[in-house]
Amino acid sequence: MSGGNGQTMGGGQEPLLALHGVHKRFGGLHAVNDVSFSVAPGSIKAVIGPNGAGKTTLFNLIAGNLPVSAGTITFRGEEIQGKKTHAIARLGMARTFQNIKLFHGMTALECVMVGRHVRSRSGLFAGLFSLPSTWKEERAIRTRAMELLDFLQIADLAHVEATSLAFGQQRAVEMARALAAEPKLLLLDEPAAGLNIYETAEVARLITTVRDMGITVLLVEHDMSLVMDISDEILVLSFGAKLAEDTPANIQKNTEVINIYLGADDAA
Amino acid sequence: MRTPRKNISLAALCLVTVGLHLLTAATGTQYYLTQLTMAAYYGLVVIGLGVLMGYAGQISIGHAGFFAIGGYLAAALTTRNLEPFRDAPLVRGLDSLGLLAAGQDIYGAALLTVTPWAACLLAVSLAGLVALVIGVPVLKLRGHYLAMATLGFGTIVYRIFLASPYFGEADGIAEVPAFPLLPALGGFGPVVVSGGAEHRVLNFYVAWGVLILGMALLLNLIGSRVGRALRSLHSSEEAAEASGIATARCKLQVFVLSAVYAALAGVLLTHFNGGIGPSEASVMKSVRYVALVAVGGMTNLWGTLIMGVGLTFLSLRGVFGAHDDVVFGAILIAVMLFTPEGMLSLRLKEWARRLIPGARS
Repeated sequence: MSGGNGQTMGGGQEPLLALHGVHKRFGGLHAVNDVSFSVAPGSIKAVIGPNGAGKTTLFNLIAGNLPVSAGTITFRGEEIQGKKTHAIARLGMARTFQNIKLFHGMTALECVMVGRHVRSRSGLFAGLFSLPSTWKEERAIRTRAMELLDFLQIADLAHVEATSLAFGQQRAVEMARALAAEPKLLLLDEPAAGLNIYETAEVARLITTVRDMGITVLLVEHDMSLVMDISDEILVLSFGAKLAEDTPANIQKNTEVINIYLGADDAA
Repeated sequence: MRTPRKNISLAALCLVTVGLHLLTAATGTQYYLTQLTMAAYYGLVVIGLGVLMGYAGQISIGHAGFFAIGGYLAAALTTRNLEPFRDAPLVRGLDSLGLLAAGQDIYGAALLTVTPWAACLLAVSLAGLVALVIGVPVLKLRGHYLAMATLGFGTIVYRIFLASPYFGEADGIAEVPAFPLLPALGGFGPVVVSGGAEHRVLNFYVAWGVLILGMALLLNLIGSRVGRALRSLHSSEEAAEASGIATARCKLQVFVLSAVYAALAGVLLTHFNGGIGPSEASVMKSVRYVALVAVGGMTNLWGTLIMGVGLTFLSLRGVFGAHDDVVFGAILIAVMLFTPEGMLSLRLKEWARRLIPGARS
């Protein structure tokens, strides 16, 4: 229904991420149905939609966790559908997870150091023999990871086991891990889920700061005030299909969106 | 901050090694050194498996297979006479590379075999290659399925060695020659891996030296970038992949590494014992290695080393008598039921809690 040119608001600029006619079927379920859109570099784009609209599936398609059934996904000018997740990460995509996925038995600092993987290179032999070439790299990884924990105001928790931290702190560690890769595109899957109103405001500030650092952000989020506040553009999904794609102001006025997603009483 | 502690522990292990020697010398129990030597080689298998199982989270119930590939190949290559095949192109090629040694068998007939060094390199490389070929499909499996597949691999290797006349069928291979590691240098005699009583002390130090070196390398690895990658994929392959870690490649690397550790231990122990039999390839041996990693604490390489060497030593001394396999089976069950993180980790945590009130909430 909305195939063709996904570059709606790119302003002539080459989009960082572009989806063209993307489909995903799970047996009889059409989880993502002919979705096309693009994300302009340096912008914040939000994907919203009722539960089961296909938002997380869409993220998993973009990040390479699931293969697309049809369509193309272009990231930094390269088609990435069919590529392995780690190869896509290497191209400059990092993500956080809706249900936090930190590493058991590792400290917050170590988790963030894992995020530096794509920005470092020493291999098995260098590691086994602790070659001098690894020392400098290891120090650099550690320093950068500490800086990021500091940036997220959890530097004092660096040596605490990550999975034993409070929920909001775990989200912060995940964010630090994603930022450690110095990505071009950051995928945030419900970054404010489970956070209180103050923490959510903090997350909003953080996301705009990250954008100002030159990192493009694509997020799935249920918190409408957060989405309306920080997004440059919003994509609305309903039953796997694209319902609307517009600025927050226009989305708020879109009666179709209000009816189907926000509900008639809930108009902001 | 972590490096010094690692080095102190390794230095302590060196001191323990010297201490064990002095203790046996002082008490006139130098015959213990034989079992301590063997236990060190088995310890090498167990710490290699410990990195694969504990850190990368990939179980293998087939590591006796890799041990046996190393041991059997080294034994066969250094004992089987190539004299009748002297004119075969392969044999001539090996000879021209200086990999063959001529000698005489006990009846004075001409004997042509592969040199121990060449046999060792071939055996360990082949074990690594087998691990690579097996690992590609098998490591796609997880949990119980991976356990079943590696168990199948171990069974196949066992059956092959048991059925091949070349590998001595049920008798195995005997009269494996000594392995001259280093020639005589200056005032020192040659370093030889051999079970002869005159080499007993030397071999104790060789075995423990290899174990300490192997341990040092693995400790380096788990603190490195690749080590972090292994630990991360253990708990979430999805998040590891999203961080740019090629999880399949990483798992394969450590699988091959642990197979190489097992094969090297197999080669050295076979030369030390002067032979190898099919029981070394048996599934029960694989289960024993898994039990030792588990009782050592999975993600605790020092615990794995202590338990691996300690319990193997007791087993070799015959402490468990005829119930050897029963004991290791029971250990595995007990660990899984009561202390899934291993015995040492349990005690350490308890001590920490007692000494520092509120250290762990």
